[in-house]
Amino acid sequence: MANHPHPGTTGLLGWVDARFPATKLWREHLSEYYAPKNFNFWYFFGSLALLVLVNQILTGIWLTMSYKPSATEAFASVEYIMRDVDWGWLIRYMHSTGASAFFIVVYLHMFRGLIYGSYKQPRELIWIFGVLIFLALMAEAFMGYLLPWGQMSYWGAQVIINLFGAVPFIGPDLSEWIRGDFVVSDATLNRFFSLHVIAVPLVLVGLVAAHIIALHEVGSNNPDGVEIKKLKDENGIPLDGIPFHPYYSVKDLVGVGFFLIFFCAVIFFLPEMGGYFLEHPNFDPADPLKTPPHIAPVWYFTPFYAILRAVPSMAGSAFPGVVAMGASIVLMFFLPWLDRSPVKSIRYRGPLFKGAVALFVVAFLILGYLGALPTTPGRTLVAQICSAIYFAFFLLMPIYTSIDKTKPVPERVTFK
Amino acid sequence: MRKWILAIVLAALPGFALASSEGAALDKANIDPTDKASLQRGAKLFVNYCMGCHSADYQRYNRLARDIGLSDEQVRDNLIFTGAKVGEGMRNAMPKKDAKKWFGAAPPDLTLIARARGVDYLYTYLRTFYIDEARPWGVNNAAFPLVGMPHVLSELQGWQKARMETHKDAHGNESTVITGYEIVKKGSMSPPEFDSAMRDLVNFLAYVAEPVKLYRQSLGVWVIAFLVLMTAVFYLLKKEYWKDIH
Repeated sequence: MANHPHPGTTGLLGWVDARFPATKLWREHLSEYYAPKNFNFWYFFGSLALLVLVNQILTGIWLTMSYKPSATEAFASVEYIMRDVDWGWLIRYMHSTGASAFFIVVYLHMFRGLIYGSYKQPRELIWIFGVLIFLALMAEAFMGYLLPWGQMSYWGAQVIINLFGAVPFIGPDLSEWIRGDFVVSDATLNRFFSLHVIAVPLVLVGLVAAHIIALHEVGSNNPDGVEIKKLKDENGIPLDGIPFHPYYSVKDLVGVGFFLIFFCAVIFFLPEMGGYFLEHPNFDPADPLKTPPHIAPVWYFTPFYAILRAVPSMAGSAFPGVVAMGASIVLMFFLPWLDRSPVKSIRYRGPLFKGAVALFVVAFLILGYLGALPTTPGRTLVAQICSAIYFAFFLLMPIYTSIDKTKPVPERVTFK
Repeated sequence: MRKWILAIVLAALPGFALASSEGAALDKANIDPTDKASLQRGAKLFVNYCMGCHSADYQRYNRLARDIGLSDEQVRDNLIFTGAKVGEGMRNAMPKKDAKKWFGAAPPDLTLIARARGVDYLYTYLRTFYIDEARPWGVNNAAFPLVGMPHVLSELQGWQKARMETHKDAHGNESTVITGYEIVKKGSMSPPEFDSAMRDLVNFLAYVAEPVKLYRQSLGVWVIAFLVLMTAVFYLLKKEYWKDIH
């Protein structure tokens, strides 16, 4: 107990601090966590992702109070929430819009990491935890989308679970094991509900904690990619660091304000977002006997779905496409070691990296666009080109980052 | 460079929302959800012409009464023919099994049809039944080809024939396009009256699909106004704290 210095608090807080590191945690993670002072626009999305996570958990708890995870009652219970539960419509729209918002802020957060090299040594584990969060988030969103038990819920789940069926030898058994039945059914709905409301959220919260602990261990990167811990004053405080609280807590509040304006604009005026946040066919109850003419995943999965469809099937099996889709995410884990550049931030990198990032972003957006549409030969060709760019971005990275010209990185961060 | 990337990313996000819409040209419904008289006329059409086969299970009669400006008594006297209680959903008495036998598929519940198909589709669908002797009920539909529903609104609209034109594309494929309609047997309404009645019915269906919509939007204005003020305060707070950071 006496191994760490007592923070010198008295009274009730002193009593608590002698038994639990309340003040110590507060200082280490907020009031004496020194963050670089030059964070820009892109640094809002981490705290916003946390905000959306809390939103999803709270609204999810309240939805669970009225939702019925049963094939005969699920669809009606969602309408019950929308009509008869006090403020149920608001809670439901907060949750459904929150799902899309989660992916928007997470994609922007990942993009920030990409352009400022936040995955590079010593932050590899932060990045890996982050990719795991992204994976958990995809699982969470996929299983949550089955719960309203609409036509797209049902057939989207059917298509994705059937992908596992493409795995050689064990495929059919594997997809049957996932469904718990020969088709998507009540058994599937029940287990997806269980996984969606407890298993995956637990994993997600744990990973988020690990992500933040790892971040606070090594310190935040910044738009200059300068390690602020290299230059410290006589008290051991980084010269370019400022305490997270109050400086970034008040700054993040501004981000929260702007975010909530957009978020609430969608909730109150565009909850369906033209059929992209809530797909129109999902207002038809699930019908196992009626396949919709066009099954489109929700927008945040479309880039990966486009990669899946871009790969031609071999010997009548869609397995190569499934492998490509899996690889497109697994590759992200290796980013810290694929990047051989001596500098972190895009500000001091050469034209090769800048061009590669620009191409990658364009290819990713086009894939997202195509993944929502039915295929035509022309679209498939474009998807194939964009998939090639996607993979080349990662696989050729060791080459273009090591031959790329770099500019000298300053000693101190640039501010204003 | 940074601004440029930002612009692309932000511009692309709503772009997803506007990305695709395909299908045949639909007539614009131009409904007015604030027009309570229209909603009342639509409700009357719905219970008289649709609810013989269809239902609106999730819509309670008393909620309907409150939202479209009627009393529970008015609803009970004018809109409930099934003996339902005023707090119950707008169900019908047709057994699903028989319905399936008669129509090939049970007539769907219509509570959410406006959100699933869109109001323009419904408006077009309701007005484009045309005589086609090859079909079991003697009618086909421009918005829903090979439809299994009979023309239940014929006493209002009358019977119309479609004027067809056959087009040949560059590959020599023939396609038939409907260019207009011709009333062959008059109904009780003139075409403009019928269009207006269908607008009322679609208005009603749009209301039923999301009864809270008007309230949601009116509340949203206040929410956004509050958030703008709150964000302004946050911004000033940030500026105050950050003025000593150089």
